This record gives sequence, C-alpha cells and structure tokens, in this order.
Amino acid sequence: MSLAGGCHEHASEQGPKFGARGLGVQRGGRAVLEGIDFALDPGELLELRGPNGSGKSSLLRVLCALMPPAAGELRWRGEPVRAGDARFQRASAYLGHADGIDADLGVAENLHFAARLAGQEASAAQVDAALSQVGLAGAGPLAVRSLSQGQRRRIALARLALRRCDLWLLDEPHSGLDAQAATQFDGLLRAHLDGGGIAVVATHHALDLQGRTLRLDA
Amino acid sequence: MTLARELQQSFAAIVRQDVLRAWRRRGQVLAGLLFFVIACSLYPLAIGPDVQQLRSLAPGMLWVAALLASMLSVTRLFAREFADGSLDQLLLSPHPLAWLVLAKVCAHWLTSGLPLLVLTPLLAQQYGLPLASSMALAASLLIGTPVLSLVGAVGAALTLGVRGGAVLLCILVLPLCAPVLVFGAAAGAAADAGQGMAAELSLLGACLALSLLLCPLATAAGLRIAAE
Repeated sequence: MSLAGGCHEHASEQGPKFGARGLGVQRGGRAVLEGIDFALDPGELLELRGPNGSGKSSLLRVLCALMPPAAGELRWRGEPVRAGDARFQRASAYLGHADGIDADLGVAENLHFAARLAGQEASAAQVDAALSQVGLAGAGPLAVRSLSQGQRRRIALARLALRRCDLWLLDEPHSGLDAQAATQFDGLLRAHLDGGGIAVVATHHALDLQGRTLRLDA
Repeated sequence: MTLARELQQSFAAIVRQDVLRAWRRRGQVLAGLLFFVIACSLYPLAIGPDVQQLRSLAPGMLWVAALLASMLSVTRLFAREFADGSLDQLLLSPHPLAWLVLAKVCAHWLTSGLPLLVLTPLLAQQYGLPLASSMALAASLLIGTPVLSLVGAVGAALTLGVRGGAVLLCILVLPLCAPVLVFGAAAGAAADAGQGMAAELSLLGACLALSLLLCPLATAAGLRIAAE
C-alpha cells in the first residue's frame, strides 16, 4: 500500500494501525457488546452492520474515545488509546448522529472553526474545495439556519474532507443525504481509503466498496 | 505550528465563535441584562425612598442581583453544544479540554458578566450611591463575576442533559458562590463607608485564582461524564 502525503506519513510501524482486542461496550450501565476484535491496516474499511439497538453507535463512541470501553483495549499505532489522547485525536475524525454544526453561524465559519479546533488552519480556498466535494460549492457565505437537514449533513461531511485525517469513524453518514450526495460521499470515502486512510462506518446503506463487515446482533 | 501558538489559536477561535454567536442571538443576552436591571430596580420599590437605608443596602442587593443574573445565563453555557453535537467535537479536539473550557468561560463572561459591570454604576444611582462608591462596587464585580462564571460552568457541565437542570444547577452552584457574595458585598460596603477595601478585594482575588485553577479541570471532567 503506497502512502501519500498529508498526515499519512508516519504509518509504517509493526502490527495493525488501528485495532481492538476483547472490547466490551456498555450503554446506560447495561452491556451491549463484548469480545469485539478487529485489526485494520492503512486503506482498510470496516463496516458495522446490525439492527437498531445492536450497539453500533455506542461502539463508535468507544472507538473515538468519547466513551471508555467496559472491557478490553483499543490500540492506535501500537499504543493504547485513552480519552483526551492528543496523538489519537489529531489523527481521527468522528461524525455522530448529530452534525455538530452551529445553526447561528455561516457555513464557512463553521468549517474554519472546526479546523482551528482540530489544530489546523484552513484557507478560504481549502474550505471552498471541501464544500464543492460534497456538492455545496459556493455555499460558504450562507447561514446554516437557511439550509435543510441533508445540506447540514453535507457540511458535516465537508468537515471530514477538510481535516484530512488517517482515521474516520462515521455513524450513519448517509442519513438525510439524497442519491447524488450519497454517491459523492462514497467517492470521498474511496479517496480516503486509496490515500492510505482507515474508516469504520456504521450504516444500513449498501457501500460500493471493498471492506470487511462486522455483524452485531441485538 | 508550535504548540503554544496552536493553543493560543484554539482559545481565540472559541472566544471569537462564542462572542459572535452571542451577538447573532443577542436577544438572550439582552434578556439576561434586562433581568439584572429589573431585579436591581425592584428592591428600591419594595424598600421605599429612605436614602440612608437604600445606600447601606446597595452593595448587597446589586451583588445578589448579579449572582442571580449570572446563574440565569450560565445554564446555557453548554446546553446548545450538547444538543447539536458540537460538544462531541469539542471533546475530540487534540487540545487540553480544560483549556478549551476556559476559553468558553471567558467568552461567557465577556457576553454576560462584563455588561453587568458596565450597567452597575448606572443602577447604583437608584440607591443614591455616589459615583466613587459605585465604581468601587463595579471593581468588586470585575474580580467577582469571573468566579461566578467559572463556578457556574462546573454546575452547567454536571447538570448537562438532566431534566430540570436549571434548578439543580442553582442548588449546586449558589452555595459555592456564597464566599464571593460575602467578600464582594463587603468590599462595596467598605468602600462606601470610606474604609479601604484592599482586604476584601484580595480575598476576591484569591477566590478568582483558586477557581481559575480548579474550575476548568472540574468542568472538563463533568463534560466527559456527560458525553458518555
């Protein structure tokens, strides 16, 4: 696997880059998942599939270190991941059910802020490029308040395109997207994987990509 | 980018974003200020026009009103972020969470504490407080109100997502603010009586130093629990 530019440069270390061993997940004090094992190398995709309530979202919140695992451990580049681990946070991006976008600010303002919060500086041209990748070219000056649910989801996806991270952790990225935007997102995801990125995606949508599937039962 | 520069930049970004957002939603800020103005105006109406009595009560009354007004605004410090998912993005930032919390509290103080301070000399006129004394009172608020924002943030983080959180927040936070209220009102009273208020201001400063150190850490821990 060839690794190209950006923040993919330190990828070569022994063992899988992102893995979990014996991971247990709790939701509201009740165990929903246990014994989750996986190991992902650069360019690999893991799809999480399962019915509602099977613990996909909770697992993703554990994988991005928002929630501590009930058991087992999570490893990134051979080292265990802890909450507030700057090295891991810099390399990973999480998109949950909520878009994490402020309705009172403009589209471009939201993206600039997201980049600064992640310790990066985005130029106006980079923001425009990220927006056009999700079919929102020229939407920068608009107020988020004036946009629909699906368009807001696209802004959240533009945030991923802007940040260029190694690891994407996505919870139902297609929710609210129309067919065209879903295709654009699939292209974005393919480019991410081809560039040596890793992705864990919980979805009910059929992804047109080669990836491993983790089936979770309710 | 060096780490110090990144930290500085993330701090500035949050303050800028939150102040801008408060400006776009200025109705809420105005409502808080109006509450302060009305609360301060109710006491003279209830007590009557005895100038000597009003003057001696002024520092305490204004301080209580400022405390209640800041409780009103601190409830929404993280509520919106919690609802729209941006709190998750804040927690996943590579920067230390306590530092980002400090930036949010700083923005909160700029949009809720600072306007109270500006209004205080004006409102003190209703109590017949001379200008020099009302400026001294404003000085005590200048040191005291950041403490209210800092302590309020801990309560806001702990009551995030709890039904009836606003009442719980007041129950949690108001007792912790008692020292600030005592020293602040005492500073205003001492200044009006023509005594020095250095001792009270020093104690307020000590409260500020302690809460600057502890509250962001406690708030960050509270936010992590709320996100689970």
